[in-house]
Amino acid sequence: MSTKDIVYIALFAAVMAVLGLFPPITLPISGVPVTAQSLGPMLAGAILGARRGGLSILLFVALVALGLPLLSGGRGGFGIILGATGGFIIGWIIAAFVIGLLIEKFWNKLNVINAAFSIAMGGIVVLYAIGNFWVSVVVEISYWQATVGAAPFLIGDAIKVAIATAVCLAVRRSYPLISRSR
Amino acid sequence: MIAGLYIDGHSALHRAQAGLKVLALIALGTGVFLISDWPVLGGVLITVLALYPVSGFGPKILWAQIKPMIWLLILFFVVQLWLNDWQAGLVVILRLAGIVLFAGLVTLTTKTSDMLAALERALMPLARFGVNPEKVSLAFSMVLRFIPVIAHVGHEIRDAQRARGLDKSIIALIVPLIIRTLKMADDVADAIEARSFDPE
Repeated sequence: MSTKDIVYIALFAAVMAVLGLFPPITLPISGVPVTAQSLGPMLAGAILGARRGGLSILLFVALVALGLPLLSGGRGGFGIILGATGGFIIGWIIAAFVIGLLIEKFWNKLNVINAAFSIAMGGIVVLYAIGNFWVSVVVEISYWQATVGAAPFLIGDAIKVAIATAVCLAVRRSYPLISRSR
Repeated sequence: MIAGLYIDGHSALHRAQAGLKVLALIALGTGVFLISDWPVLGGVLITVLALYPVSGFGPKILWAQIKPMIWLLILFFVVQLWLNDWQAGLVVILRLAGIVLFAGLVTLTTKTSDMLAALERALMPLARFGVNPEKVSLAFSMVLRFIPVIAHVGHEIRDAQRARGLDKSIIALIVPLIIRTLKMADDVADAIEARSFDPE
């Protein structure tokens, strides 16, 4: 891994922290809060690729676990990782990695459809599989019950997939990093 | 620099080694999932609660730890009450409160720099598998250095987009933020290499 890769990983982890400073938007009707920070793993995977994207989110999560209040709302510490929603935080790392793998696969013919597909696979399917499993273990409910409980958040995530797709395609046009590395 | 959640003090927990505290946390986190007996879990929670005053933290700090999870705990209790019975509800919330409050205690009594040092030591054996501890600590310190810088860039971009009437568009804020960060990363990498940093 080159020095440049390390710097990309570190600076993207810093971007992830800065996204936590954006105030959360509450969706009308459902009242579900949407934070800009959860865009971070989608963007990390889609812009840096699987390895660098996954590592940058791992780095961010490690800093949170070490006790820095970097999660949106100034939360942090080991308790968040071990708490009921900890699966979603750990899942971010794997989501970024999976998104990166898919985007790399589609890279030469990347368009709105396969970019949105890649981001939704990692950022929704994989992320919720891990997050819901964790909730079901901690709260002692079935996996299905956890999935139903998480359903309202899907509206916000669909919006995030759309935003991350637009950002990924815009950045690819002006600053393509994935093709450069391979 | 980013202030951690550490609160200064001189208790036994403050003086204990960071690595030891994290190991204790992992042991507790595993232990409580092996127990499904609510009086025992209640005992664990009371012990953890008692450690707060012992470490010099008043009720205000304790409440700040409990407050963010109180609604979640109530929700989980109600869900269990509905699906099973009150004992099952108690098990779930006592277990969760026990771990989260102990984790909070570890965070409150350990400086981030000590945690980092402990992490670096823990990574040493991984050097054989291609993990370079020097690169890892470079990455960690770089994040902390660049959060204020990138936050500042974010403010600049918001001001610029406000002048164009675009400050409500997330895309118009994030695209320039990321492109400027990536450009900055190239410059930083050049600067590091110009100083002959070679972790290979």
